[in-house]
Amino acid sequence: MHVEEIMNRNVVTLNPTDSIAKAHELLVEYKIRHIPIVDKDNLVVGIVSDRDVRDASPSIFSSADSNSNILEKEISSIMSSPVLTAHPLDFVEEVARIFYDREIACLPVVHHDKLVGVITEKDLLYTLIQLTGTHVQSSHIEVKVPHKPGILPEVASIFGKRSVNISSVLVYPFRNDPDYKILVFRVQTMNPLPIIRDLRVAGYELMWPNNIPEPRL
Amino acid sequence: MNPNIKFVFDYSLLNYHFHDEHPFNQKRVVLTKDLLEKSGQLSDIHIIKPREAEDDEILLLHEPAYIRAVKSAMTLSKDDLNRFGLGTEDTPVFPNMHKAATQIVGATLTAVDAVLKDGATRAVNFAGGLHHGFKRRASGFCIYNDAAIAIQYIRQHFHLKVLYIDTDAHHGDGVQEAFYDDPNVCTFSIHETGRYLFPGTGKVTERGIKEGHGYSFNLPIDAFTQDKSYIESYETAIWEIAEFFKPDIIITQNGADSHFYDPLTHLCGSMTTFEKIPEVALQISNTYCNGRWIALGGGGYDIWRVVPRAWAQIWNVMKDEKPLQGLLPPSWIQEWQTESPVTLPTTWHDKTEEIPTIPRKKEIEEKNKSNLDYLLKYTKVKRG
Repeated sequence: MHVEEIMNRNVVTLNPTDSIAKAHELLVEYKIRHIPIVDKDNLVVGIVSDRDVRDASPSIFSSADSNSNILEKEISSIMSSPVLTAHPLDFVEEVARIFYDREIACLPVVHHDKLVGVITEKDLLYTLIQLTGTHVQSSHIEVKVPHKPGILPEVASIFGKRSVNISSVLVYPFRNDPDYKILVFRVQTMNPLPIIRDLRVAGYELMWPNNIPEPRL
Repeated sequence: MNPNIKFVFDYSLLNYHFHDEHPFNQKRVVLTKDLLEKSGQLSDIHIIKPREAEDDEILLLHEPAYIRAVKSAMTLSKDDLNRFGLGTEDTPVFPNMHKAATQIVGATLTAVDAVLKDGATRAVNFAGGLHHGFKRRASGFCIYNDAAIAIQYIRQHFHLKVLYIDTDAHHGDGVQEAFYDDPNVCTFSIHETGRYLFPGTGKVTERGIKEGHGYSFNLPIDAFTQDKSYIESYETAIWEIAEFFKPDIIITQNGADSHFYDPLTHLCGSMTTFEKIPEVALQISNTYCNGRWIALGGGGYDIWRVVPRAWAQIWNVMKDEKPLQGLLPPSWIQEWQTESPVTLPTTWHDKTEEIPTIPRKKEIEEKNKSNLDYLLKYTKVKRG
């Protein structure tokens, strides 16, 4: 999946000369945590997070008058620069890797040097929810399989024979055992019994339903 | 004095029949009715025939395009059907599907009319409770959502505040969605967590939107939950919710699939749960609604050992304010044992030795308790 499919195209931006106070207003108004800073040609020159703004803000314990001018300073004085950016055709998993490695939560998306969107941690989490298939009506089946070529189509064909729609498939490691994998299927049916029966008859071990306290079939 | 209670029934309700291998089997209603008759609890004075539902009434919830698709299902292509959730493994097409689904709606509206027009206090339609039906989509064995239509009907004609209580093991997603933004209809669904079970929704965080925010309640409970934890959760939650909402009438969806025998779910209730559910519903209806209570059926896929007893106890509670105990009428067992693939129970309760032992019981109870606390966070605040 490409970044352009999940990125937000309506980006709230500021110019380097705007005030910190202005950034604070936008963060609150739009309920966002990052603002890319762009120049007059829409080139990304920095980024400011809600934490940067908070760090620059006077403590709630300070007296009001002593720090009143701080928030009128230019945003360029606190923005992070240079900025890590993503390309619209980057893969979503590459962005996840950057978020994880660099411990950040937002990337401006840049095409031909111009800002075209932003992608955030939240967008990634929603994509993860979609990957798990839990956003549509479905039932959950887990199959433990030997880690060998051809196993996925073999198991999937059992679902195919029952013409049940699969809304997602995940392949998990089985604890620390490299010889096995767990296949998690979310299937669009309220009655997974025929499939469960077929899987058992075919000799697969099911992690769910897992027969506590007794076989249900 | 016997309360004025009505039992909606007609053999035509059995026409809602997908095919012989399908788990949704309305024979349950006949088994329930026969069990009650043979127990001396139900007679002709109680039974009322379902009326027809008009197209206008189906339109209270469903979109015209969907109704057209259901009507012409036999001639539509697979792709066209699938767009409306029809022609799937769960809701396959069958002849006269529109008529059969409409009859269920008519039966539920008959129960509503009995209570709100004809002076009955309570009424049941065990053929109804098809809570997975959506505005323009069939799902989970449900075509038209009789429960949601009945609630709209009550809103439109009687302007009452409706509390919908859904104890089916599956989340009552169709009814929830229909009233998600409506503060005059409060929905409460207690169900097995959607982690494994269809439809997957019904998280405790689903609370409604716009004006309806705070009027949808969901209590997902862990797989393998047993009577004690289930009853505690249900009872605490529903009293809090009823006190918060103060309904004028309650509609219960009484899916009987939380039982340990049920093949489709992983909850482990016994008949004790199914006795308590209607007892609490009765008390709620007496406390807030002048007794007005309409009970519907729903899921329930062990149609021999579980559903007839569970549903019959609802009626018993409506009639006598308490469930029956002891032996089932031998004549009922005699009548059906040859046809049943499993040995029929002989008592209203489940025998202790048949109730499974659950290894993770403590953790399950703890989990359920924390969900319950989370659910009630806001009702407590509002009550101040």
